[in-house]
Amino acid sequence: MKIILSIREALNSLTASKLRSSLTILGIVIGVGAVIAMLAIGRGATSSVTSSINSIGTNLIFISSGSPSGSTTKVTNPKQLTLDDAEALANTLAAPAISTVAPIVTSRAQITYGSESTDVSVLGITAAYATVTSESVTEGTFITDAQNTGKMTVAVIGPDTAKTLFGASTGVVGKVIHINGQSFHVVGVLKAKGGSTSSSQDTSVLIPITTAQARLMHFGEAKNAVDSIEVQAASSDKVTEAVDQITNILNIRHGTAVGVNDFTVRTQADILSTATSITGVLTLFLGGIAGISLLVGGIGIMNIMLVSVTERTREIGLRKALGARRSDILVQFLTESILLGLVGGLIGVLLAWGITSAVQVIAAASSTTLNPQIGLDSVLLATLFSMAVGLVFGLYPANRAASLQPVEALRFE
Amino acid sequence: MTEYVVDAQDLTKVYQMGNIEVQALRGASIQIAPSEVVSIMGPSGSGKSTMMNILGCLDRPSSGEYTLDGELVSNLSDDRLSFIRNEKVGFIFQNFNLLKLTSALDNVELPMRYSGKPSRKVHEKAKAALEAVGLGDRMHHRPNELSGGQQQRVAIARALVNDPAIILADEPTGALDSKSGREVMELLLNLNKERGTTLIFVTHDPNIAAMTQRVIHLRDGLVEDLQQQ
Repeated sequence: MKIILSIREALNSLTASKLRSSLTILGIVIGVGAVIAMLAIGRGATSSVTSSINSIGTNLIFISSGSPSGSTTKVTNPKQLTLDDAEALANTLAAPAISTVAPIVTSRAQITYGSESTDVSVLGITAAYATVTSESVTEGTFITDAQNTGKMTVAVIGPDTAKTLFGASTGVVGKVIHINGQSFHVVGVLKAKGGSTSSSQDTSVLIPITTAQARLMHFGEAKNAVDSIEVQAASSDKVTEAVDQITNILNIRHGTAVGVNDFTVRTQADILSTATSITGVLTLFLGGIAGISLLVGGIGIMNIMLVSVTERTREIGLRKALGARRSDILVQFLTESILLGLVGGLIGVLLAWGITSAVQVIAAASSTTLNPQIGLDSVLLATLFSMAVGLVFGLYPANRAASLQPVEALRFE
Repeated sequence: MTEYVVDAQDLTKVYQMGNIEVQALRGASIQIAPSEVVSIMGPSGSGKSTMMNILGCLDRPSSGEYTLDGELVSNLSDDRLSFIRNEKVGFIFQNFNLLKLTSALDNVELPMRYSGKPSRKVHEKAKAALEAVGLGDRMHHRPNELSGGQQQRVAIARALVNDPAIILADEPTGALDSKSGREVMELLLNLNKERGTTLIFVTHDPNIAAMTQRVIHLRDGLVEDLQQQ
């Protein structure tokens, strides 16, 4: 009952100077709005990164040439990964935890069709690539083992590249394109994957790995060298086992000591945790900056409450003369500042909703999927936090009001 | 001792103004019986305001003893003094000192809210007090919608709503024209007759002093002499 009365009284005095109260609230509105929006966008970014990493495939292990970054021991005479390495890994007797092995050769090349041309990444792959990355074709066929054995000049193109070259992503099978001036038959079109990072997959062009090695590899590289090998573990609980088997086999094949690798093995989970920790840090950083504006808003409350205490010195004196105790005055002014914080926080939540909707629309317009998520927890947190801001920054002015001596306060002009 | 509602013995009050000590009261003693109507007069600097502040429990004396309604109050804590003011003292100020943003009824309810009375009772008592001062039809008006005389009557209702032992009126007619001033005085004196409320006027105005039963003159921090009327 007493609380309702103090809230009513606080509302009375806050609405008495509407412009001042709304300007004071504005600081909190912007602060809370920014914090929630940043957290929501960060969360959206994390989930979109996570989903696009998962869209690459499942239980994947990525092997690339070169020592892991951060390793101190230099490998003498490091070797590149080769097709033979990939074949060795595919041996189910030696590596039972591995189900599929997909060696990859990567290069960038100019693709032309008639007068249209585009610069995309060309991947030399085997038929296993489709399994590992869960790629499929919407028309035509994927690269086959036979095409690999025959080093055939055929290509499967991404839907975006198809649109760039032919203006359509269907009905293009059988056309002839030129990759770095060499003609290739289009045999299939990849199914669109969408997503922010997988957009590169939608533009890429796939050709048989043997063809890539023969026609696109740079001089100076070993004839059957590959850039990376993607391995799919037999199941998600076999990933660690698979990593051990890969390391063992490659250590033996490359003649390197245990623990001194001339290759790097990363699992999908490693990449996922790296990515989420990056977006996590970004979120924290943005949230922190937004938090500063909340702090500024709090100082605004404190400032206006101090002015209000001075203006209402006589009122405080009167209330004390009528029997208000120190705590009554304290509660009165704290209620006002907490209300300022709370109302600011609630409007801030609405602002955050506006910001995130705008961000979503802008992101969609630039064809990236970003779904900012305003969680109930962040709304609660922001509301409580803005009330706490009101409390903390109201404490000093309220205490000042409560400590006024009635005689002096009544005499105040 | 308890036969007096106000029993102040040898009150002194020393203010520190920078390096100078100012003696506002130098051992003044005042005794006021229940239901008495008294005025305290004196020129500026006589210690009149200080005396009023101490009698109203807004301030403590530097030395001396003050017993209000049988309770020794001269050495109580701030919060305890708040409680005493709430229970035993009604204030009426020259410039009314009403809260501008709230209705007459809310203003009268205010002292009872600080005493934590249940809100139904608060409502009833406030209404009754406003009716007693003749403002039964103006309860929901704000102070700026009332005339000066009406505002002072709201203040009177506020002062008597907690049934205080004394009502302290500091120049109650100072901001009013003579007609409404007279009405306010009549109202207060009637309350004294009907309810036996002890009234203490602090004033410059000899006309007001003339309407009271006894005048206490203060000069240089001392009670000068008692004029029985």
